[in-house]
Amino acid sequence: MEKTINKEQIRKPENLVYRRTPLLVDVPLSYCPGCGHGTAHRMIMEVIEEMGIQQDTIGIAPVGCSVLAYDFLDIDMQQAAHGRAPALATAIKRLWPDKFVFTYQGDGDLAAIGTAETIHACNRGEHFTMIFVNNGIYGMTGGQMAPTTLPHMRSSTSPYGRDVEIMGFPLKMTELITHLPGTYYVTRQSVHTPANVRKTKKAIRKAFENQKLKKGISFVEIVSNCNSGWKMNAVQANKWMEENMFPFYPLGDLKVDGQIVEKK
Amino acid sequence: MTEEIIIAGFGGQGVLSMGKILAYSGVMQNKEVSWMPSYGPEMRGGTANVTVIISDERISSPILNAYDTAIILNQQSLDKFESKVKPGGMLIFDPNGITRLPARKDITIYSIAAADEAGKLGILKVFNMIVLGGFLKLKPLVAPEFIHKGLEKSLPARHHKLIPDNEKAIEVGKDLIQPFTPAD
Amino acid sequence: MGELRLMKGNEAIAEAAIRAGCDGYFGYPITPQSEILEYLMAEKPYEKTGMVVLQAESEVASINMVYGGAGAGKMVMTTSSSPGVSLMQEGISYIAGAELPALLVNINRGGPGLGTIQPSQADYWQSTKGGGHGDYHLLVLAPASVQEMSDFVKLGFDLAFKYRNPVIIHSDGAIGQMMEKVVLFDPIPRRTDDEIKKQCPWATVGKTPDRKRSIITSLELDPGKQEQVNLRLQAKYRKMEAEEVRYEEIACDDAEYIFVAFGTSARICQKSIELARAKGYKVGLFRPITLYPFPVNPLRELSTKIKGILVVEMNAGQMIEDVKLAVSCSLKVEHYGRFGGIIPTPEEVTENLISKVIGG
Repeated sequence: MEKTINKEQIRKPENLVYRRTPLLVDVPLSYCPGCGHGTAHRMIMEVIEEMGIQQDTIGIAPVGCSVLAYDFLDIDMQQAAHGRAPALATAIKRLWPDKFVFTYQGDGDLAAIGTAETIHACNRGEHFTMIFVNNGIYGMTGGQMAPTTLPHMRSSTSPYGRDVEIMGFPLKMTELITHLPGTYYVTRQSVHTPANVRKTKKAIRKAFENQKLKKGISFVEIVSNCNSGWKMNAVQANKWMEENMFPFYPLGDLKVDGQIVEKK
Repeated sequence: MTEEIIIAGFGGQGVLSMGKILAYSGVMQNKEVSWMPSYGPEMRGGTANVTVIISDERISSPILNAYDTAIILNQQSLDKFESKVKPGGMLIFDPNGITRLPARKDITIYSIAAADEAGKLGILKVFNMIVLGGFLKLKPLVAPEFIHKGLEKSLPARHHKLIPDNEKAIEVGKDLIQPFTPAD
Repeated sequence: MGELRLMKGNEAIAEAAIRAGCDGYFGYPITPQSEILEYLMAEKPYEKTGMVVLQAESEVASINMVYGGAGAGKMVMTTSSSPGVSLMQEGISYIAGAELPALLVNINRGGPGLGTIQPSQADYWQSTKGGGHGDYHLLVLAPASVQEMSDFVKLGFDLAFKYRNPVIIHSDGAIGQMMEKVVLFDPIPRRTDDEIKKQCPWATVGKTPDRKRSIITSLELDPGKQEQVNLRLQAKYRKMEAEEVRYEEIACDDAEYIFVAFGTSARICQKSIELARAKGYKVGLFRPITLYPFPVNPLRELSTKIKGILVVEMNAGQMIEDVKLAVSCSLKVEHYGRFGGIIPTPEEVTENLISKVIGG
């Protein structure tokens, strides 16, 4: 047996290997066990803490599972009508141009009801950050088909699988906005493994840092699971996500510093 | 004193701007004024009209059904507004394009061949000011110095070089207007 | 005295917004009010006062930009006309629910549906009874002149911040498009960032260590708490009803009959009074300036001195319900309306007073 340390030693500051950022409010999250939202929240708050911008940050919560995000994040926040977060953020960023402004939206919010606001905010080149959590389903309302639901994927409103001939195709919003001149940084990440969490945090940091440049939208999609909606346990859901979601929504940068990343 | 005026013609004849210059001149002379246009697609090539009221008192309704003076620049407007002149009121019309002449005997009618004259003088752009000049000769509601100020206020700065042409046209109109007697 | 100009009602709204120290305007073109955005874009206030002016992608986006800006403590506004205001209703409900100050303008046009671009007062119910979902009220100002279009922008912002409640200027295409003499109030500087933070401690301007985080929301999942929100809103509306009633009486001193009318209809009725008095009838006008709160008590008091009322509206009979409630059916109340973009003439209004109220 190698060197061991006892409970008292573990608690000494010099042995600290992890702590919850104080910018996450110490209340139980309303998310299901295994859901990616909690990790995504933590990444954002760690970035805000490390950048020291708590008093300069304004967040916009959407309608969806993260409607109550303002209960968990210790920053000034406004709750938007369904899909309208980019409109709120547009006004706030233009009226307080030196603040860090971000939206936090799910796929129903950002890619269905809020399509117009998303595309126009991106196309105008607003200088805020959009965090897009894509789990291919409406979680809060109980697992209905989302704009991002995969072909043949089951949901409560596509109980036999998404038939694209009847229900249309899934919308790759991230690819779509990559080609708009007003986006500056577009990336797709995940938070299902420690390595991916680190990459996502780096992406979020870059997306926030970019606001200082005032060169347009920085957009971070996080492909995530919805084990409740997908009717799986957390481990199955992550596996299913890797096998089914990632081939359709491949991870990686799509646009960096205003330049579209060419596919190899 | 309250003068209730309708100015009506085709879109593009300067109906609205004539009304605006008259109204702004009234403002400069410290009168109460209102300028109420017909608006919408009908303005583009169709008929256009504007109700202008100039008064010494607070103006009640900016929208009227009876007028002290009607200034008429096309047939459709003559057909529509001749009957709306108050008994004892005044109608001014440009005979250009008019096939059915005004007929009322209980109002005073004047004709002003402003379109012809503007064509002859090569000042078609200020045709509407010739008509305004004719009106002002009969009803000098605003003094010339306030007309000048009204022009300055109404026209964008890039058109201020045209103010002398406008004022000249007003003088032309004063000479051009003449009484008209309807046929029996 | 302030600067004297001849302006359209729409232009007066825009100029007054700049002068009132407005921080942001967000709008979408629609006839008959597009001159407001056009005027602002031509004036470029973003170079002069720093006011943000943005043409949004829709009325839905406009009102949500206003919601965002208002949540951040800024003095923000939008303007539209009837179909566009219908689109905004969800956002307006959010602003009322989150108790934010904002100025809205509806230059009414005829409806329903796409309707007509000509003037109308058919959105009275929408403006005064809520409009969107949930129990809420806007404070509703009804200008009857271009001068009031200008003055009510400043008044509207003052009231919006006083009550943390959206205020709507309820006007119509006639007042929007007509020009009258306006005395413009002197420009008021925009508030500084520090002034905003002091005036709006509830706003999302960035959490500092000395205070709890600001959360702007209209969501409350606990019905008990949501009922408390509603009770607070209702208390605010009672305060408005007690303190913010505005109205004008014209020729009412010796009147035996009165018109009750607002906005353009009130202007027409003033001419109708002249016509009626020329015929020997003693007629006056009661003009509500605040449509909500409706001037219930002043109208009730006046009603005890007169024999009958003709409510004149450019709609099929909306404000008449508030008039009847105010006078508790104690005297004859009739309605005369034209709609679909038709403006009644002073003559037909007088004739209807005689036939429906005086002679009837």
